[in-house]
Amino acid sequence: MTASAVPGATARARSRRSRLVGRLLGRLVFLGPGLTYLIVLLLIPLVLVLSYSFFRRGRFGGVVYEASGESLTRLLDPIYLDVVLSSLKLATVATLIALLVGYPTAYMIARLPRKWKTVALVAIVLPFWTNFLIRIYAWIVLLSGPGLVNSALGKLGLGPFEFLYNEGTIVTGLVYSYLPLMVLPLYAAIEKLDPQLAEASANLGARPARTFVSVTLPLTLSGVVTGCMFVFVPSFGNFVIPELLGGGRSIMVGNLIRDQFLTARDWPFGSALTLALLAVLIVLLLLQAWSARRA
Amino acid sequence: MRRSPLLHLPFWATYVFLYTPIVVLVVMSFNSGKSPYSFTGFSLKWYGKLAGNDLVKEGLVNTLIVAVGCTALSTVLGTLLAVGLARHTRSRLLDALGVLPAVLPDLVLAIGLLVFYATVKMTLGLHSVLLAHTVFGMAFVAAVVRTRLVHADNSLEEASRDLGATPFTTFLRVTLPQLAPGIAAGALLAFTLSVDEFVIAFFTSAPATPTLPIVIYSMVRFGVTPEINALATLLLAVSFTVVIVAQRMTRLTESLS
Repeated sequence: MTASAVPGATARARSRRSRLVGRLLGRLVFLGPGLTYLIVLLLIPLVLVLSYSFFRRGRFGGVVYEASGESLTRLLDPIYLDVVLSSLKLATVATLIALLVGYPTAYMIARLPRKWKTVALVAIVLPFWTNFLIRIYAWIVLLSGPGLVNSALGKLGLGPFEFLYNEGTIVTGLVYSYLPLMVLPLYAAIEKLDPQLAEASANLGARPARTFVSVTLPLTLSGVVTGCMFVFVPSFGNFVIPELLGGGRSIMVGNLIRDQFLTARDWPFGSALTLALLAVLIVLLLLQAWSARRA
Repeated sequence: MRRSPLLHLPFWATYVFLYTPIVVLVVMSFNSGKSPYSFTGFSLKWYGKLAGNDLVKEGLVNTLIVAVGCTALSTVLGTLLAVGLARHTRSRLLDALGVLPAVLPDLVLAIGLLVFYATVKMTLGLHSVLLAHTVFGMAFVAAVVRTRLVHADNSLEEASRDLGATPFTTFLRVTLPQLAPGIAAGALLAFTLSVDEFVIAFFTSAPATPTLPIVIYSMVRFGVTPEINALATLLLAVSFTVVIVAQRMTRLTESLS
């Protein structure tokens, strides 16, 4: 027995070792390249942004590499705090409008016959696949001083109005750009909802509004939260829409960040602003995860 | 409730809202007059002007170079990463790292890479945009391939291993063929996203080699010209075709499997 057990044990040990080597090799081959890439070109850059925000700007635009809280404390300057608050406001308004328009649209699509459902969904996504800048440009053509909306109104004897370059146009641009991202998760949530639940609620005497608030909305809340995140995140950090439709003033954090890197050449402060932007979004993501766990 | 105007109105309003600007752009691209605001007659002259615009042509070539390179790199790295994350680790931290580029705001990634390139003293050019686009391209490929992996039959891989195939052979002859549609979809996604990407390219490209979105951006900033409408119409035609073909293809593969 002992004579046969020993070679068996070594064979087992060898096969265990070869399996271990195989597993390590698998990890190295499959995970190695991608993770290395992400560490070098994603994590290290983020850490660099973090560390730059602890330096300060040199007199001629360079970076002074000594620890300083100057850049981070400048975030609390009312001028910059205002910009952060106004970005929060614009992104929130855009998100709410997208939700108010997107929810009924998603609801209608979910209740369409199968054939039309696909058509309606593709039609929602199509504009999203066209160049983002061109979609913004289209609004300039529509809304500018001699633009099409004004010439149409002019024929009615109204205007001309100055539609462009205010907060309203920025919100319009944000809603226009990200509405598809609101409709899709809402649709996914509403589609899963059993229509019989709403019918049951109606049969039990609930009015449509009541059914919506106590049955439909709670059951589709995950879609609402996801859709809101999808619209809020790109809106909050946007700099193209406020620049092209808002008249180029630094009204949103994105513009401010862009200016620090490309015109003011204050990289430490730009990094501090980028961190602030990231911090707001991380707080929101944590809130979302927390609400998902509760639901 | 289902047929109430409360639903119909926002539904149709959404589509009118989404398509009015696009229709206006397309119609005005065939305008004979110089004003992009009033239609004075049919003409293709803005398309002719566009064909002679060297900046646009250069931008297009740059964009295609970046997109092809980024797609190739993203497809290889993303596919390996998807298999690695699904089969070779259970770490949630690595999972999170894999999706991070897809959820991170583009501006944050752009700033991070700009600072990184400056710190390692790398000159900017098409290569820096290509490397930057691959960060999110890879994440999207990995995400698409992973959904495919979840549906893939794990027992086939086990059977292959039990029959004595090396992990490498198993991957090449069993896993990869099952993943092919997912890889193709991921590659298409990476390509489209790269062609369309502006913010990251804006921060990581050199002024001498702008990509097409950067050229469009400077045209739009400079002022409204019908040439942009012509370009917009062409780009719309391309992306509409790609989306519809992709839609048909997925339906075809769905009906086959």
